[in-house]
Amino acid sequence: MATALETIRDTPFTIGERTFHSRLMVGTGKYRDNATMVRAIEASGAEIVTVAVRRVDLDRSKEEGVLHHLDPAKYFLLANTAGCYTAADAVRYAQLGREAGFNDFIKLEVIGDQETLLPDVQGLLEAARILVKDGFKVLAYTNEDLITALRLEEAGVAAVMPLASPIGSGLGLVNPYGVRLIKRRLRVPVVVDAGVGTASDACLTMEQGVDGILMNTALAAAQDPPAMAHAMRLAVEAGRAAFLAGRMPRREVATPSSPVTGMLD
Amino acid sequence: MSEMVQVLVNGEPRSVARGATLLGLLATLELDPRTVVVEHNRAIVRRLKLGDVTVAPGDAIELVHFVGGG
Repeated sequence: MATALETIRDTPFTIGERTFHSRLMVGTGKYRDNATMVRAIEASGAEIVTVAVRRVDLDRSKEEGVLHHLDPAKYFLLANTAGCYTAADAVRYAQLGREAGFNDFIKLEVIGDQETLLPDVQGLLEAARILVKDGFKVLAYTNEDLITALRLEEAGVAAVMPLASPIGSGLGLVNPYGVRLIKRRLRVPVVVDAGVGTASDACLTMEQGVDGILMNTALAAAQDPPAMAHAMRLAVEAGRAAFLAGRMPRREVATPSSPVTGMLD
Repeated sequence: MSEMVQVLVNGEPRSVARGATLLGLLATLELDPRTVVVEHNRAIVRRLKLGDVTVAPGDAIELVHFVGGG
């Protein structure tokens, strides 16, 4: 039996010649414990899961690596360059991530400011060019700025990832117009990364027509992360379906839904 | 007891036996070479080459792996 979703013809979600079944990508940071993280990721239905590259703790006082808890056969591990403030650092982390990992995809972040964690556009473009040349499939975390997105596409990135709002802020989609514009103008996939706080944010974001969403804190910092992950899965699917369905035009006056004729005297 | 040399591992001074390889260093630290990536003086050393590279005094060695992140 066909579900309502199957009656809508969607295009495959393909990044860097690889097709994914879920449009929701999730991070693995900031969970209260690994068991909660694993249950949340399962509930999200995500296939792409991001990880960070950090020094091994030689004293074993902290947690072991995240791979002890995530089956690399089950998830597509996407290394990030989080915490990098220069193009050179980001390139270094990307190379370490490729060596540690299982693919040549990298979620590229070059951060410009500690308080806002907003991207350093110049460093981002510089790192993107180097990494693309080095054979990486670059997913570039950026502002919701069309010109930067266009330059990243020209640089050969595999996907552009405009923010909904600052990392970990949960403020939701602050500039739907900017994100919509980027989606309309780019040919590479557009995946909104960062800022989504709850299911309505995810739904509204997907309704802009973007190809997917990456989130972390919205799940990790929820009171019940697996339950929020389930909600986000539904929201991403609902938002995508609504976008494909095409919403009714907005109008500023009412139009009756019931017949205006046949009323009693 | 073999002669020891000083190196930096993850930014901290450590003594290792002169002539030790990177693979030997991982063994000393009880790390599985399949779970870490080794950077030796800013150059990544592939897993299969770890037994070929000898540690020299003053070397900077970084041992990294994947942790949770967004």
